[in-house]
Amino acid sequence: MKKIEAIIRKSKYRVVKDALHAVGVNFFSYWDVTGLGNEKEGHVYRGVAYSTSDIQRRYLSIVVNDDFAEATISAILSSAGTGEVGDGKIFVSDIQECYRIRTGEKGGDTLK
Amino acid sequence: MELLTTNNVWMMICTALVFFMHLGFSFLEIGLTRQKNTINVLFKNVFILTIGLLLYCFVGFNLMYPGDFNGFLGFAGFGLSAPLTAEGALDLTYNGGYTYWTDFLFQGMFAATAATIVSGAVAERVKIIPFMIFTVVYVGLIYPIAGSWQWGGGFLKQMATPFYDFAGSTLVHSVGGWAALVAVWLLGPRIGKFKEGKPQAIPGHSMPLATGGVLILWLGWFGFNGGSVLSADPALTSLTLVTTCLAAAAGGIVAMIFSAIKDKNLDLSMFLNGILGGLVGITAGADQMSPTDALLIGAIAGILIVLAVAFVDKIKLDDPVGAIAVHLICGIWGTLAVGIFGALAGMDQLISQLIGIGSYAAFCIVSAFIILYILKVTTGIRVSEKEELEGLDSHEHGMSAYPDFGLNEH
Repeated sequence: MKKIEAIIRKSKYRVVKDALHAVGVNFFSYWDVTGLGNEKEGHVYRGVAYSTSDIQRRYLSIVVNDDFAEATISAILSSAGTGEVGDGKIFVSDIQECYRIRTGEKGGDTLK
Repeated sequence: MELLTTNNVWMMICTALVFFMHLGFSFLEIGLTRQKNTINVLFKNVFILTIGLLLYCFVGFNLMYPGDFNGFLGFAGFGLSAPLTAEGALDLTYNGGYTYWTDFLFQGMFAATAATIVSGAVAERVKIIPFMIFTVVYVGLIYPIAGSWQWGGGFLKQMATPFYDFAGSTLVHSVGGWAALVAVWLLGPRIGKFKEGKPQAIPGHSMPLATGGVLILWLGWFGFNGGSVLSADPALTSLTLVTTCLAAAAGGIVAMIFSAIKDKNLDLSMFLNGILGGLVGITAGADQMSPTDALLIGAIAGILIVLAVAFVDKIKLDDPVGAIAVHLICGIWGTLAVGIFGALAGMDQLISQLIGIGSYAAFCIVSAFIILYILKVTTGIRVSEKEELEGLDSHEHGMSAYPDFGLNEH
């Protein structure tokens, strides 16, 4: 099993979610984070203009069986981008085990 | 002199209470919309209040009360000109209930509320500069001209059975409500509001603020209706406050029960909308109704609110705060109620009320449409998709409303 973590633009969440559902990925968690990177946003506060790279992003954490990994990554890559600096990142790591809390079962079937 | 002083003091207190309603509107609107647009909503509300007063001073007061005029359009000149005695002091015979200055300021506080109604309906997707232009024209010209037809002594007041609108169910609430309807129709729904034709829930970010807002508005209504007596007459003012509060309470409870039965859920926002519906409903005739009439008017408003909110969703219009249901639908109901309940009830009055409602509908729909359509085809009235999804605060203002709190949108 693989964990696929994606940090994406908040404005892209809807299309990414639809793209994930379209490839059969229905379980993930997400939370709003502040990300630092290459993109900069201009702000003005009480006469002081400043530029910050602290920008609101959305962090998705998706755990899938190995045979779903490629499709998941493609779905995100094809939907989350705008071509501008700041589109985000995807990280892939291995997951040792997965349990369904309700029944206590474990293994890849619990992700279906 | 003592009577004038007493009356005037009450009127000035009411002026302050109506002013305070702008805080209520602000809280209600931000409570029912998302955190990422909070600064934008507040900015619009503060703008409406400030520019509204300036416009009323500059042109509005004298458009609304032009003195002797043809009954449709008159203008008593730019700026304020207080009546003076031979010695140059303020002429206190202006009115037994208040001085010229109090008259201007009390009426001025009402003027901006028409645009605030629109600001709630267009929240989260309207472009701010075109909205400000719309506000200037609508509050500066349309509202006072419409008001002159009745409160300014115009053709509706001159009918054989005069049209009656005690504190503005039509002149304020439906004038705002018609514009809100046109604006919402021209603007389109927020992204994600309708999925395959079905309305989706877009929860607001703070029910505490929304609740605070409604209670502040109820408090403001003590001045809105209490001051529309235009004096401190003890019998009329105290009756008016009672009818106002009973209608609010009845509206709230009936809306709460009806929506609980209909949707199988105890929804706080419907409860709050019901209170407002009751308040708007009693506003046309608060001084003409008995307590029983007030309870009935409020109760019926409570039912109308629940049905109207669902209806607005059904015709695919997106109204984040229920402004159309509260102000337009209940404004019309309150106006009709003057012909059905209370001291003025009767067929002649009902017909006059219908004539009034129709006149304002025509004038407001057409004028709002012209202003907004011109803005739509020139500057555009809606922000881009990216701006709408990322939030108006960061794009139109470069600020966030709660920089210390983590934004967690769902």
